[in-house]
Amino acid sequence: MTAQTIQQKLEILADAAKYDASCASSGTAKRNSMGGPNGRGGIGSTEGMGICHAYAPDGRCISLLKILLTNHCVFDCHYCVNRKSSNVPRARFSPQEVVDLTLSFYRRNYIEGLFLSSGIVKSSNHTMEQMVEVARILREEHDFRGYIHLKTIPEADPEIVHQAGLYADRVSINVELPTDSGLTRLAPDKDARQIEGAMGKVKEDISELKDARKRFRHAPRFAPAGQSTQMIVGADAATDADIVGKASRLYDSFRLRRVYYSAFSPIPDASAVLPLKRPPLIREHRLYQSDWLMRFYGYKPAEVMQATEADGNLPLDIDPKLAWALKFREQFPVDVNRATKEQLLRVPGLGVKAVGKILASRRHRALRLDDVARLTQSVTKVRPFICTLDWRPVLLTDRADLRSLLAPKTEQLELFAA
Amino acid sequence: MTALQHVRLGTYYVVNLPEPDDFEFWRERARALVQCEVPPDRVAWIEPGGSGNLFAASSSAAFPGGERRAPVPPADARAVRASKRFVTLARNAILHSDPERFALLYRLLWRLQANGRMMEDKADPDVRRVEELAKNVRRDSHKMHAFVRFRLVEKEEDGTGGDGAGGEHYVAWFEPEHHILRANAGFFMRRFANMRWSILTPRGSLHWDGDTMSEGPPAQRSDAPQGDPTEELWRSYYASIFNPARLKVGAMLKEMPRKYWKNMPEAALIPQLVAGAQQREAQMVDKGKSLFDDELDDRPDTLEAIDRAIHACRKCPIGQLDNHAVMGEGPRDAALMIVGEQPGDQEDLSGRPFVGPAGQLLDVHLEKVGIDRRAAYVTNAVKHFKYVQRGKRRLHQNPGAKEIDTCRWWIESERAIVQPKLVLAMGASAARGMLGKTVSISRVRGTPIALEDGSELWVTAHPSYLLRLDGAAREEQARLFDADLAAVRERLSELAG
Repeated sequence: MTAQTIQQKLEILADAAKYDASCASSGTAKRNSMGGPNGRGGIGSTEGMGICHAYAPDGRCISLLKILLTNHCVFDCHYCVNRKSSNVPRARFSPQEVVDLTLSFYRRNYIEGLFLSSGIVKSSNHTMEQMVEVARILREEHDFRGYIHLKTIPEADPEIVHQAGLYADRVSINVELPTDSGLTRLAPDKDARQIEGAMGKVKEDISELKDARKRFRHAPRFAPAGQSTQMIVGADAATDADIVGKASRLYDSFRLRRVYYSAFSPIPDASAVLPLKRPPLIREHRLYQSDWLMRFYGYKPAEVMQATEADGNLPLDIDPKLAWALKFREQFPVDVNRATKEQLLRVPGLGVKAVGKILASRRHRALRLDDVARLTQSVTKVRPFICTLDWRPVLLTDRADLRSLLAPKTEQLELFAA
Repeated sequence: MTALQHVRLGTYYVVNLPEPDDFEFWRERARALVQCEVPPDRVAWIEPGGSGNLFAASSSAAFPGGERRAPVPPADARAVRASKRFVTLARNAILHSDPERFALLYRLLWRLQANGRMMEDKADPDVRRVEELAKNVRRDSHKMHAFVRFRLVEKEEDGTGGDGAGGEHYVAWFEPEHHILRANAGFFMRRFANMRWSILTPRGSLHWDGDTMSEGPPAQRSDAPQGDPTEELWRSYYASIFNPARLKVGAMLKEMPRKYWKNMPEAALIPQLVAGAQQREAQMVDKGKSLFDDELDDRPDTLEAIDRAIHACRKCPIGQLDNHAVMGEGPRDAALMIVGEQPGDQEDLSGRPFVGPAGQLLDVHLEKVGIDRRAAYVTNAVKHFKYVQRGKRRLHQNPGAKEIDTCRWWIESERAIVQPKLVLAMGASAARGMLGKTVSISRVRGTPIALEDGSELWVTAHPSYLLRLDGAAREEQARLFDADLAAVRERLSELAG
């Protein structure tokens, strides 16, 4: 076999990394490249807000150079394009090659930093060491102060994972599937307890070093952007209620920054155990919406589950907040001039920002429907659920066909229907 | 608010701003005007260039009596009040390209004197407008942070070279919508401190040499370098990270509108990626066609249906050899299911499982420990015989992991119908067919593995393994095999009782 060029390797290893949904580069410690030990300054900055440097035609943002160190793998997880028994072309970067790519992209302002993951070669420890080496060269030899996200391997030695956290802004371990039985079936080499054990260890490290920083100014930072995880949706039989339940448990027990959902998408050379049909992309979207309801709107996981339909899945035609409101109509309409913040946050069509604006404005005037219209995206959607000085929905809230009135009217035929 | 109105209303003022983004200058003038109690409709704000020029050029005609000197506030004038929120918004809004922005901000400042908390009234049209302006500017700045693309030009002869990095010069061409260049100099300085870079725009340019920032005159696209070899790598990355199975062009356009495309090297690929997406997804699915997509929703629900279907199965290369599918046999409600690897030469010819040498050996051992083969459902993990032709003989070949996985569909369908309480998998291939992963026989033999439906899996060696051994080794393995079978018999009677 002739040696592969950097470009060929990049194509293979970026292609293999695209099934990871995470691209966030936000929420880390603020840094910039001014000053420093050599007096000339380093390269890179993180200013709190993440930056999406490009968008691909799949609508996802490109913020980080997201690649695998290698897609050789000794594991045989059925949903994974890189599993041992798959026939995809294989490639392998050396740590230095990844460093050079990252820097030359960063200097041209293509990216915010690096998201490095890897298939498992030789052993979990060996692989993890190579990944940490990439981060070390970037940070120590090139004074790189941009964003680094390392995917850690739950089977690797905790000491090496700890090293990863010292160089990286964020570390993540994928729980892969929402149910343990799904994991046993589709990822026979992985172990749910081991994954959660590793997440627990990272959580401890984060809080330990955060605590140390309060007392010692020069204590090292450990993964200042926290840890996240990813779940595959639609590859096993788990319902949305299962997934929401699992996600909220993960948020609680490991203080995760984010749980990402990745709709299972057909992969080349798939395993026979998998469904070939992809789940509708909108399902992933609804799960993210429910995630937002829990994180920003004060819904309890149990309340999100109340919005699911008889089969345990969230409705696809309307968003979960509207679904919840339609199920609990006795809570509406709410008076925008009197209702509490919590009540306003439950009105379908009112977002966190709109609620903030309503609360600020109503100190100055009693709001009319026109005022609300100016503060929200679409007053038609909000109208059935609110009262204003000059508006009452009267019977509208009780109409049996309210759902069909509010659901998006024309469904565009899917151009690339599965 | 036309010029004529001003004339009729009496004294008015014309303020010429030195720069379109000079907030401090505006603030000073606005403060003085408020202190002199000049109402908003008597002030005209004119910025250099842009649409303000319309007035500037003919200002003597349009404002015949226009007072150009700044009014001097009386000594006892009241201090001008402005909320923090207003100042933050105004700093941003003043960078907007809307020529009305100065007048709007002055009007707001004027009204703020009467109502200090006016900025909280988000439903007020002036407040909404200034928030909108500030938001547009923030968005433009954010897109500048994101979409500026530097190109590397080699060392220029200016004597600064010497150390390698110092000779590299990165140059970008960008076209912002608003007057945001100067306000964002800090961002790029903090990010690329050890690089030498320049950002050229139609409204001006910025240059950083590693120590100091300097401003330059407006530039043209042709002043910027036209290419960079690294862009080829970046384009490969962009094309590879895109998942054709999830095309969402609308979401992309919302965040990356077309107006930015012309200065982004990767954007040239978008049309072909979108056009090729459907084809690429079809290819991805096609490559995975060893699967049972058409039958996905309905597994065959009788053994007869499976029997018919496996004869037509060509989902893997084994099915394409010159051979016949061999169906399992035994009672439909057997408590024990015995799984072998695949049919051999004789099984292929007779169409029945375990009739060749290995089958005969199995019969001997089953009889020895007291298991009735006729009461068990006997089948194979792979349904077709895999072989290589050597002269007249067909030599057995182990099935590959992928082939076993493909065939799992059938063995699982059989198990779903027979619903055995206990499955005995003989050999590594059979174990993989049941578990989906490769296990070591020596490690898992002798202890049951729980299966999803509540039944148990026991794993032992394949009898053909015994056939390949001699002497003491064979005796030892035969003993282990018998022990496994005996354990299975024990467990079966427990389960039955």
